[in-house]
Amino acid sequence: MSAFQPVTPIPDHDFDIGDRVTIKRGHPPGHRRTPHYIRGKTGEIERICGVFPNPEERAYGFDGLPGRILYRVKFKQSDVWCGYAGPDTDIIEMEIFEHWLEPA
Amino acid sequence: MSQDHSHNDDHAPQTDVKEGPPGEYEILSRAMQEILEEKGLIKAEQIQKKMELYDEDYPNRGAKVVAKAWTDPEFKARLLENGNKAVAELGISMEADHLIAVENTPEVHNLIVCTLCSCYPRSLLGMPPTWYKSRNYRSRVVHEPRSVLSEFGTEISNDTTVRVHDSNADMRYVVLPMRPEGTEDWSAEQLEELLSRDHLVGVTVPVVD
Repeated sequence: MSAFQPVTPIPDHDFDIGDRVTIKRGHPPGHRRTPHYIRGKTGEIERICGVFPNPEERAYGFDGLPGRILYRVKFKQSDVWCGYAGPDTDIIEMEIFEHWLEPA
Repeated sequence: MSQDHSHNDDHAPQTDVKEGPPGEYEILSRAMQEILEEKGLIKAEQIQKKMELYDEDYPNRGAKVVAKAWTDPEFKARLLENGNKAVAELGISMEADHLIAVENTPEVHNLIVCTLCSCYPRSLLGMPPTWYKSRNYRSRVVHEPRSVLSEFGTEISNDTTVRVHDSNADMRYVVLPMRPEGTEDWSAEQLEELLSRDHLVGVTVPVVD
């Protein structure tokens, strides 16, 4: 997806398209946009969406600034679900903020 | 709109439809509207007008975008690059949303879900259907997409990758279906007629009989 333009400038980002990343496994309380089913799983940066206010702050009335880098991460379904029934090539993708990512 | 709507609705799980007294959030929302009206900041007619747009105008916009992409390869390229900018050329504002268009090809079939709530490109497709918001769809599509597709009458070959998009944060997604064979000399208007909301969520694919 090299043709996609991030919706904001992305000055300092820790990861690039194609990098392997693992989603942090933690279960902190509060409003989180990282689905539970993906925590601890490893995938690959598919695109960088842009910089967005941190929803984990905004949910409690703060402005969410400075914004955080939002990535789209793609995973092999067979890496996410034990006993996934479809072919090995099936994919699931979602948006993950940088502070949830670790290099894999 | 194609006739497969009613077909799909037969499959639609209705588990999240609630009858009875309004819930806490509905009461809060009504109270907020009343306060804003009393203060003269909004008028009831403005709310009504917006609801009508969501019901009557917005649902037709997605088909317009796809028909344009099918008939204008340069527009399609711009749509994949920057969804908001491209749809603005057609006079469509995504408002606060950021649009990503994902293209179906013989190798990849795309399917949209929001597992956390029911994020949906409302300014492009109108209000989400009940099944899209149901717990059943949201929980199953991520781990058994092919079974769910099959319940919508859509069989995807094992040689084709099924690519599920969890619309879980700030971006909104629309599927750009493959233009069906047999529509080569169709006008943009005819193509729009062929397209339905379900094609743009990815649960069905447009076909010509």
